[in-house]
Amino acid sequence: MKSYGDLEVLRGVDLDVTPGSIFALLGSNGAGKTTVVKILATLLRADGGTAVVNGFDVVRQAADVRRSISLTGQFSAVDDILTGRENLVLIAKLRHLDQPGRIADDLLARFSLADAGGRRVATYSGGMRRRLDIAMSLIGSPPVIFLDEPTTGLDPEARLEVWQSVRQLACRGTTVLLTTQHLDEAEQLADRIAILHEGRILVNGTLADLQALMPPAQVEYVEKQPSLEDIFLTLVRRRAATASALNDTGAAPVTTGNEV
Amino acid sequence: MNTDFIRDTNALLGRSLRHILRSPDTIITTAVTPIAMLLMFVYVFGSAINTGGGKYVDYLLPGILLITVASGVAYTSLRLFTDVSSGIFERFQSMPIARSAVLWAHVLTSLIANLISLVVVVLVALAIGFRSGAGVVAWLGALGIIVLFTLALTWLAVVAGLAAKSADGAGAFAYPLLFLPFVSSAFVLTRGMPGPVKWFAEHQPVTSIVNTLRSLFADRPLGNDLWTALAWCLGLLVVAWALAVHTYHRKLA
Repeated sequence: MKSYGDLEVLRGVDLDVTPGSIFALLGSNGAGKTTVVKILATLLRADGGTAVVNGFDVVRQAADVRRSISLTGQFSAVDDILTGRENLVLIAKLRHLDQPGRIADDLLARFSLADAGGRRVATYSGGMRRRLDIAMSLIGSPPVIFLDEPTTGLDPEARLEVWQSVRQLACRGTTVLLTTQHLDEAEQLADRIAILHEGRILVNGTLADLQALMPPAQVEYVEKQPSLEDIFLTLVRRRAATASALNDTGAAPVTTGNEV
Repeated sequence: MNTDFIRDTNALLGRSLRHILRSPDTIITTAVTPIAMLLMFVYVFGSAINTGGGKYVDYLLPGILLITVASGVAYTSLRLFTDVSSGIFERFQSMPIARSAVLWAHVLTSLIANLISLVVVVLVALAIGFRSGAGVVAWLGALGIIVLFTLALTWLAVVAGLAAKSADGAGAFAYPLLFLPFVSSAFVLTRGMPGPVKWFAEHQPVTSIVNTLRSLFADRPLGNDLWTALAWCLGLLVVAWALAVHTYHRKLA
């Protein structure tokens, strides 16, 4: 439970997340998603109830919880004035890891930021900032990662990149709790989905469980139109492919689809 | 625990010092206003001000140094506010680090940035004729008092930076501090002020601090001003620090 003065933000949130799975907390703006994440990340104290992360109580064993988690907040919490590499090195130093420089270089390569690593983050695009943000969260390999609306404000391509990174995380055995207001994001990524509405969990289950709540599917014949997203991505990729092909032959000095 | 605190503070200090190195305009802006005031008062108003003998620039410099610190800490508050509003503050707080290291890194950065600005101002003062007969001990004494004063205002800046709702608000707390020296012995003798103003001027912190610095620079005996100045600086420091810690814990609750 959590309230600010008379405003009750969370009334009844009861959920379990299986280790190594992706759990999506779905809800509209103001549903209380960020509050849940902040309580679990020891940034806010709940007014009632208990929460346990990686076996540690968020109030009594806050330090152990912080050792087990990593938080990627709603707005890319990266340092604009530092370079991408310096951001990563800083986090590695704060986690008291050896060879922070090597860790930074590995992550830059893994998140396709190697070329941009020496540039100030202020020059990065939204997608690059988000990738750096997530890369920073991976340092020290915490078993639990919170991603609070990881794709808010990203263009469709950058969104797919972030989805890719999240899937890779789960493959490595990391438990991911992600919040989102995009239904398709939960559908694409999550093993389990909980719908949070006005501070309460309405449903909690797999996509199949949730679908079973609705009347059985009826067969209808609908003409399949490509969505605007399909069109956008096809066009953008085709252009990028042509451009890089031209570059390979040296025919024209066209830049490839790198984000600037 | 303690070694962690030092390691974490060191890592975060490196970060904010990079900020300063990459935007040296903050140090220059900090020094520009006090230097403009220094020149204005020495070359425009100075001839009309009677300070009872001696060069006016020698009389004026201590007050200008305090104004430099007051304008410098506005950036401390702004840097902290930027960290809070960008979310990087929360990122640090959710990590297994010594939590107070986040504040201490900002405090030490403030101290270093202010000392650099102060050196710039002193160099300008020297160029326009400021001279001091002070020995090494007196200079160290003056440095000590300025460091105490800077730390006290810096912790106030921490309160403002944590509590501010906007970037403008974060820096606004420094304005009254900038004007305090005008109603003190910093620019003119308090002797000629009307009763209540004179009383205020003689009992506010700036006068005793300015008088102490002036005596140190002139190699004169210090008298009671030193103790009053130390009491003000330490008192302010303790109160500002306690307020900052309180604000910080409320922010995290």
